[in-house]
Amino acid sequence: MDVIIIGLLLGGTYALMAVGLQLQYGVARIMNLASGETLVCGAFGAVWFFTAYKMSPLYALIGVVPAAFFANWAIYRFMMLPLVRRAKNQGQLEVDSILATFGLSFVAIGILLALFGGEFLAYSYLATPFSILGQPYALNRIVAFLGAAVVCVGLYIWLHHTRAGLTLRAVSVNPSAAGLVGINVASTSALAFALGGAVSASGGTLLSMFLNFDASLGVIFTLKALVIVIMGGVGDIRGAIVASFILGLTETAVATYLDPGLTLAAAYVLFIVILLVRPEGLFGRRSS
Amino acid sequence: MNLPAAIALSHREQIKLLAGVLIFGAAALLPFFNTTYWLSIGISIAMFTVLATSWALFSGPTNYIALSTAAFFGIGMYIVGGGLPYLPFPALVLVAALAGALFSAVVGLATLRISGVYFVIFTLGLAELVRQVVAWAQHVMGTSSGLYVLIGISDQAMYWLLLGLAALVFLVGWAIGRSRLGFALRIIGNDEVVAVHSGINTARAKVVLFVISSTFAAMTGALVAPRWSYVEPSIAFSPFLSFEVVIMALLGGVHRLWGPLVGVIPFTLLWEFISAKFPSQTTLLLGACFLLIVYFIPRGVVGLIEDFTRERGGAIRDLLKRWTGGHA
Repeated sequence: MDVIIIGLLLGGTYALMAVGLQLQYGVARIMNLASGETLVCGAFGAVWFFTAYKMSPLYALIGVVPAAFFANWAIYRFMMLPLVRRAKNQGQLEVDSILATFGLSFVAIGILLALFGGEFLAYSYLATPFSILGQPYALNRIVAFLGAAVVCVGLYIWLHHTRAGLTLRAVSVNPSAAGLVGINVASTSALAFALGGAVSASGGTLLSMFLNFDASLGVIFTLKALVIVIMGGVGDIRGAIVASFILGLTETAVATYLDPGLTLAAAYVLFIVILLVRPEGLFGRRSS
Repeated sequence: MNLPAAIALSHREQIKLLAGVLIFGAAALLPFFNTTYWLSIGISIAMFTVLATSWALFSGPTNYIALSTAAFFGIGMYIVGGGLPYLPFPALVLVAALAGALFSAVVGLATLRISGVYFVIFTLGLAELVRQVVAWAQHVMGTSSGLYVLIGISDQAMYWLLLGLAALVFLVGWAIGRSRLGFALRIIGNDEVVAVHSGINTARAKVVLFVISSTFAAMTGALVAPRWSYVEPSIAFSPFLSFEVVIMALLGGVHRLWGPLVGVIPFTLLWEFISAKFPSQTTLLLGACFLLIVYFIPRGVVGLIEDFTRERGGAIRDLLKRWTGGHA
């Protein structure tokens, strides 16, 4: 029972990084290998804010979210768009954007190392027990989960009930057809990429309330987010959320019954199962 | 001469082969100059030549970016580290090659049957995955995480071994380039759908090449393990290694067999300089170099050279055309 509730709480918070990547890959068509670094930046922002001002890391979101939004918008506008224009086909763009974001991830790690050093950073916030069904759980995990739920629900409503959300979904389904009906694909993609970065960074801020971070951890989160996106099916936010819960549960089970050092292995096992059984993902459509 | 067509060499190829033999012969003389500093740089260059060239064997023609060099390199290193009490060094290098081949075959079979980015994603975390599993296995067996690799192998011997391995990579690469397999890979790289429709077993071709490439990485890891007398997971599975290999190969150019070599030599020297001058900014500078290459020389130095000679060649052809009144 413990494992299930902790797993669900963790998975819910993971959903943010997956949804962030989903927006960047599903809409803007950029496989962002630096998305984990965005998340680590969000976490470091919270650590810095908490140690400097001794205020709830939730307030750090007020700064982290717009900063990540603009940083990612700039990355798309000035680094990805030239690649989009230069690419002759989708394959070329994929290779170029993978290489560029891979390089970017090392630049980000370098900057974080220069600013914060290579130590694990952590702080203690709301590490008080809170009882669910008679069992105590750390309150910070619950708060992080609720925060993630608010963002995900808000995003879902925005995507499905506003005109801007409709534009995003149109580009996600077919960029060239979206262009034909008068959608500015470049600026919509930039918006999706920026929004995705902001969501990933907010995920980092929330995760930092109960996980310890160091500068080099980004790649693990990138990988987990990618596995979730593939498992859920590219281009579907609901899929990403369901897959996040699956990963959160699996990881918690592995950490509890086997070894806490094997969580990445758990993600890989899920990845292999998905590749062998259902490569298009749980909610994905089978392509011809 | 009555050689079968597969072995018969054209005049150009004979010249190339001779040049290759001469270059390797000259490189093999380095240890006689008695400078430990340059010998250690020579070892780095030879090591990265093997890694980058074998990386480009697979990733060059197919455009599948493999980020897993460190995983196989680390496996090779750990096999030597863990196996030394039981087996002699040369046997361990073979075991490492075998292990690398088997593991890469499994990875390849799981990911390369499906086209798309799954392969890249899978390789991205592979080194970290193997590191976690190795650390866990050591924890369960109750051994310490580091391993001592105490074996009397001189720097000269290691250099020659790596050079030999580099020569082998070039021979294998050249043979693949001439074979049906190499032809198939180039078609896959151009358009995978076309490749499938012309009856190429794309999955098999990709897996075979990935296995060859990864086997060389595992062997390199095994060969250089004695260089660190103490091997630990953070050295063996460092993500930087995969990154450096990709940078060097891209800097040189991945569409010619000798392309990566053109990137390895200047980059190793540059890197030696940077890590001595700015030891705490290496990650940042490495990333910045990488971005510069991706944005400004996407086809590598070799691409630049080819563009340059083509322009010059074009100019010469124009001159000739004018000279002969348009009949050249």
